[in-house]
Amino acid sequence: MTTGGTRAEVCAVACAEAWRGDGEIVASPIGTIPTVGARLAFLTFAPDLVITDGDALMTAEPLPVGAGPDHPRAVEGWLPFGKMFDVLWWGRRHVMMGATQVDRFGNQNIACIGPWEKPKAMLLGMRGGPGNTVNHPTSYWVPNHSPRVFVEHVDCVSGVGYDRVPKGAFHEIRVVVSNLGVFDFDTPDHSMRVRSVHPGVAVDEVVEATGFPLTVPSDVPETRLPTDEELSLIREVIDPKGLRDAEVKAA
Amino acid sequence: MDKRTSEAEAVAELRDGMTVGIGGWGSRRKPMTIIKEILRSSVKDLTIVSYGGPDVGMLCAAGKARKVVYGFVSLDSIPLEPNFRAARQSGTIEAMEVDEGMLQWGLRAAAMRVSFLPCRAGLGSSVMDINPDLKTVRSPYADEELVAMPALPLDVAFIHANRADVRGNGQYLGADWYFDDLFCMAAKRRFMSCERIVDTGDFLKEGSEQTLKINRMMTDGVIEAPGGARFTTNPPDYQRDEELQKEYATTPWEEFGPRWLSL
Repeated sequence: MTTGGTRAEVCAVACAEAWRGDGEIVASPIGTIPTVGARLAFLTFAPDLVITDGDALMTAEPLPVGAGPDHPRAVEGWLPFGKMFDVLWWGRRHVMMGATQVDRFGNQNIACIGPWEKPKAMLLGMRGGPGNTVNHPTSYWVPNHSPRVFVEHVDCVSGVGYDRVPKGAFHEIRVVVSNLGVFDFDTPDHSMRVRSVHPGVAVDEVVEATGFPLTVPSDVPETRLPTDEELSLIREVIDPKGLRDAEVKAA
Repeated sequence: MDKRTSEAEAVAELRDGMTVGIGGWGSRRKPMTIIKEILRSSVKDLTIVSYGGPDVGMLCAAGKARKVVYGFVSLDSIPLEPNFRAARQSGTIEAMEVDEGMLQWGLRAAAMRVSFLPCRAGLGSSVMDINPDLKTVRSPYADEELVAMPALPLDVAFIHANRADVRGNGQYLGADWYFDDLFCMAAKRRFMSCERIVDTGDFLKEGSEQTLKINRMMTDGVIEAPGGARFTTNPPDYQRDEELQKEYATTPWEEFGPRWLSL
């Protein structure tokens, strides 16, 4: 049964859906709402997923987001960074990263704005984007969908998109989830397509907030609503402090 | 065997232009009392290799770094490192920016004494454009082309452990020792600060044999530095001092630096 939920909760469920069918692999969410999503997927339709405390420990029960270091953990395994890198090369991982810029073919930038040689704004650097995107599935989460984020060309390619896939790479950009909708690359040339818009969002609004031409199917579905079970898990178990609302404002 | 030394003696070994590796990760378990000593010294033009945090930011702000080799520089709870950003944006430092797994591979290659290790990370991304010296290599066994990540040999490595003995064995009681072992194995001279020096026979009272991540072949000097990673994390001894980190991130270095050096 579905009854609604806030925009943040719709986004969390859309993030959870990214891991559906992945089986026994590590879910590596970056950011609050992807973390809520991964833990929700684990508690509902993807119980084989491996989830972590956001640090080096695999947990058999999800921690609430924002839990401090002293919060008890149901530890079932150990993945310090060296081991996580092994898993990454091995391919048993699906990461959901942020994106300061993402383009039509799913190239992602978290490194810098402006020319790399002397950036206008230095950001994080490449981080794991180059390795993630050629070794295992990658998705992106964008809490502030705008033409400044969804750009024609990214200034620097951290995560590799569909127009730059190297031969032999294990490359898949699964979905981009934003505060407005869900996007995939299920088109003949792997350019970005609207998969669904969140309840209350018009397709035109999405097109306007995107800095390149999106493929828009004639019938764009609405992103599914959280079920009652999902809502209570989000509100009572995974994010009782409501940290999700700091990432996406109520629509 | 007694490898005890001081931050000042360790840093006295640095020469202008050296390549220095710093253990830890982001704003986690950084050898901060050693960083302080570098800041106090007259050494300059260093190449810093690091999973970067405030170590990189401070060395940039103080004009100690000529070049930084990194996959990211971040304060974790504060994603962007202000002093590193300023240095990159004003062009005062050179940069070698790679994927964070490539950085591990470069250290591992140096530790293995090979000139490169093949990896898939980097292919297709801007890493190949912004590092024009990076080459690819064809597999002799398959139709496969990979990045030849060059070894990153270090002149000196600095790391911080929870416990150590005077012989230079190091113990990590938190959940992750990051790549401190590789930093030491990639370096000619290796210095480990620690929260507390313990008797060798007491290591197993602190944690299992699996916590003994650094062995004495990997170290030349041991420095007892209680609180030596502050304001970064060093569990289980302490968490990050978020207040001090925030002050660091929001105060101009000219003002914060002298104050911090006197702490």
